[in-house]
Formats: sequence, C-alpha cells, structure tokens
Amino acid sequence: MIEVAGLTKRYGPTLAVSDVSFEVVKGEVLGFLGPNGAGKTTTMRVITGYLPPSEGKVLVAGYDIVEEPLEAKRRTGYLPETPPVYPDMTVTEYLSFVARIKGVPRKEVKARVGEISEKCAVADVRNRQIGKLSKGYRQRVGLAQALIHNPDVLILDEPTAGLDPKQIIETRELIRGLAGQHTIVLSTHILPEVSKTCDRVVVINQGKIVAVGAPSELTQRLQGYETVLVTVVGPSAEVMEKLQRVGGVNMVEPREAQDSRVTFEIHAEKGHDVRAELAKAVVESNWKLLELKTSGMSLEDIFLKLTTKDLGEESGDNGPASDVAKHLSLE
Amino acid sequence: MRNVFAIAGKELRHYFNSPIAYLVMTVYAALCGFFFYSFTATYVMQSFRMQAMGGMGAPPMNLNDYIIRPLLSGVLTVVLLLLLPLITMRLYAEEKRSGTIELLLTSPLTDLQIILGKFLGALALYAVLIGMTFLYLGILFVYGNPNAKPLIAQVLGILLYGAALLALGMWFSTFTKNQIVAGAISLAVFLLLFVLDWVTAYGTGTPSRVIAYMSLTTHFENFAKGVIDLADVVFYTSVAALGIFLTARSVEALKGRA
Repeated sequence: MIEVAGLTKRYGPTLAVSDVSFEVVKGEVLGFLGPNGAGKTTTMRVITGYLPPSEGKVLVAGYDIVEEPLEAKRRTGYLPETPPVYPDMTVTEYLSFVARIKGVPRKEVKARVGEISEKCAVADVRNRQIGKLSKGYRQRVGLAQALIHNPDVLILDEPTAGLDPKQIIETRELIRGLAGQHTIVLSTHILPEVSKTCDRVVVINQGKIVAVGAPSELTQRLQGYETVLVTVVGPSAEVMEKLQRVGGVNMVEPREAQDSRVTFEIHAEKGHDVRAELAKAVVESNWKLLELKTSGMSLEDIFLKLTTKDLGEESGDNGPASDVAKHLSLE
Repeated sequence: MRNVFAIAGKELRHYFNSPIAYLVMTVYAALCGFFFYSFTATYVMQSFRMQAMGGMGAPPMNLNDYIIRPLLSGVLTVVLLLLLPLITMRLYAEEKRSGTIELLLTSPLTDLQIILGKFLGALALYAVLIGMTFLYLGILFVYGNPNAKPLIAQVLGILLYGAALLALGMWFSTFTKNQIVAGAISLAVFLLLFVLDWVTAYGTGTPSRVIAYMSLTTHFENFAKGVIDLADVVFYTSVAALGIFLTARSVEALKGRA
C-alpha cells in the first residue's frame, strides 16, 4: 500500500532523512519509532505530499506522490502532530469543509460528517467551536478529519501526544479498530504505544532506519540470547553448577540471594527454550523451584541500545547498528 | 472549481467568525459615511451660494463631479488602501502559524485552487465594503438625479483596484507566520504604490513616466471619471495576476520545491 524507496530529504545542507526504504502492506499498522528529531515527521510529510523528497520514490496506493500527487492525496488521511483545526469553526463546519476539499461528493458530505463524528466520539460537541474544546477532543477532531474521506492510507504523527492516560487508551483502541480497513503508519517516541498498537516497527535514528520488525521479534532478535530467571531454594554453588550443565545454557549468574533462596539469571542460546530442562534439573536434585520465567529485553532497552550505540560508534557503515538492521530487516 | 469555492467559503467564514470582518466594515462605514457627509454638505453649501449669486454664468453643478468622483478617487482609494492589509494579512500567515497549511497542502487540491479560493474569499469581503459605498451613493439617487452610467465604470474600477491590492497582499502573507509582519509589509508597499506618481512632480524623463505609470492611483482616474480604458483594466488585471503568480511561487518555495 505504501512503498518508500531510497528516500532522502535534505533541508539545505542538513540531512533530515537518509536513504530510508520500507513497505507497508494493506491493513497493516506500522509504528515509526525514534527519538525526537530522528526524521519521523519529515518522512511522514514526504509520504503525505507536504514536502517533496530530495531523492527517492514514494508510492501511495500505487501512485507516485511526486508524479500524481492528487491521486495519492485522495487516498491518504493525515493527522499532523498538532491537529490542523480552525479554532473559530464548529466541529461540523470544519469536518464539512474538510470533506469537501478531500473530494467527498456533495450529497454525501452531511451523512459522512455525522458518521465520522460518531466514530471518533466528537458527536456530542459537534456544534461547539473547536477552539473551545479540550486537547483530547481536538485530537479526535483531527483524527476525524483524517478519516473523513475514508482513505486507504492513514498517516498519524504522534496521535497520542499530549493526551491524558484515559484518552491515550481510547485513542489507541480507536486506531486498533481502524486497522484492517485502513493501512496505518503512526509515529511515536513512546515505546509501549508501539507494542500495543503496531504490527511492525521501524526504528529510525538520525534519519536512518536502524531496525525493522514486529515488536516481539525486535525484542528477541536484538538480544541475541534468551534470558531466563530461576529462583531456587538450595545450596547456591551446587545449583549453579547443575544449571550450568543443562544443554543450551551459556551462562549462569546469581542475581539475588535471600536466606537460602537464590535467583539466577541464565542466558541460553537463541531459539532454545531451556525452561523445561532447567525445571527438571532443579526438581531432580530435590531443590525447591520457586519461580521460573523468561525475561525479554524491554523495548526501552532495545530503543536505547539501538539509538545510543549508533551515536557512540560512528566508525562507518559497519557499526553494530547496521549489523542489527541487516539482521532484523524482513525480506 | 468546487474546491475553489470550498476554500473561498472557508475564508469568508473566518472573516465573519472573527472580529476582522466587523472591524473592517465598521471602520469603513464610519469613514465612508463621514466623507460622504462632508462632500454632500459642501455641495449643498456651494449650490446655495451659487443660487444666491444667480449662477453668474458658471456651469451647473452636478452630483457626479462634485460628490461621487472626489469621494471615490480622492479619499476612498486611500481608506481602502489602509484597510486591505487587515483583510489579506491572515490569508497565509494564519495557516502557517496554526499548522492548518499542512491540511490544505496534503489535500487533493492544486496550489492554484487554494490560492484562487483565498483570493476570491478576500475579494468577496471587499465586495461587501464596496457595496456599502454604493448604499451611500444610493442616497444621492433618492434625493437628486446624478447620472447612473459612470457608476458602472466606477464599480468596475474600484473592484479591479481592490483585486490588484488583495493579490499583492496575499503574496506578502506567504512570507511569514506573523500576521502583523505581513500586514506591515502590505501597508508599506501599498502606500508606496499609491504615491509613485509623485515622481512626475519633479521628473519629466522616461524613467519617471514609467515609475508614475506603475502607481495605482493614476489608473483609477479614468474609472472615477466614468471612463473604462482598456489600458487601465489591463494594468489592474496584470497586477492581480502577478500577485497570484508570485503567491504560487512563494507557496512552492514554502514546500522546499523551488
């Protein structure tokens, strides 16, 4: 549905986005993750046709955004970081205006505005001036605006920024509900958002893609090994030795000890589930197994790892980050 | 065209949702009313005096020459010149400041549709002002018998005059996010264009004639007399077209495409 190939965007001498390529398939929710100033907004602005690319190609629903901008724009809904609303208009006035310029047939405008107001939960304020609405409502009016012409592609720039927790949850649910009928690209610098709403994540830093993958995949692959935490009651030295001998285990490290209770962190080979073996080893030796759990690397860890490593080791193209990118990118 | 009208309608709605339309209309109505009253009162005084002196062979006074023409070309062009920046300054500056420009530029609209829409919206408000002028002039028709035909040229002239200024003002509005800055630039340029023909007072060569020709006032003279001269029509239309063209270039540059 969206194809971005070799996208580069320069603002004068500054390189905002450098050689970014990715694809989004129909009905997918793609998360764009990166620190502030990483180039998320710039990339989205190019996809929506607001900024022209310096190099590279962007296809939206099969239409080149530079060659056939009107066709591409007809199929795109866009919510910028600050909702593009006119404070002096009422919600209905505003949505009717947007419907008209987005090409909704005149006869359908009224029905469409009503429908979308219900869907985005702004129907109860439809006759109020947008300038007098709360931030949450304004954001939803912005979302309604992006959806008014039922676009194939929905581009949302930080859709939950500045909302309170309840509103964030509601907005996320709304977005999840839209997946399937619309192809969605959303950007965020908030990590839980990605794992909650997205099918796939593109991590971008300093204008470059550093990783692509499903949120769970990212967690697993990036780490390179599986971590298991085991809490056992028993003689710690012996337990440690025994655990070390379990097949697939690379390293055992005591983490916490309380009375006779010890927690070990175990690194196993990637793709190896050693939990059953570990449990067996403990129970066979008649020690008490209190807890056994895998511990994934949190998205926060990954994010920091990806975005800070890149900063620290700028020795060229063969830094660890690009290895990771190679490693992670889906076919 | 439908898109153009959608934008024009939106612009007009902004004017009337905000105090701008009412402010401009009130100021204009007050000034226009004052000048109309002054000219009429002077006219009445003078015609009394002429009557008392028995005419003395002077040609009869008429309303067209003594009230309508000086009112339009002498003062209202200046009043409009001062008020028009209030109309044009927000056209692009406000969209840039509030980020709504992103909505317009990512909608399936061509740049020209947006520009023409905004231009027409501003022109519509301007037409309302002009309509108010002719309400005043209508009073003359109720109590006197001025010649109606020159009015056609005068309406056309003042609309073209406004169109030229509005197009330029719209261009200045693309320069900045700040409405005040856009308004100040417009005001400065409008005033300069207005006084350009003063150069003929001290220069007689070709350069000063060319400069004087670019003045907005010189081209209004004929219209005020009731004469439609193609040269003047072409002049104002060209300035308006130039303003629209420059706006288009400026919007293009805004997107980093130029």
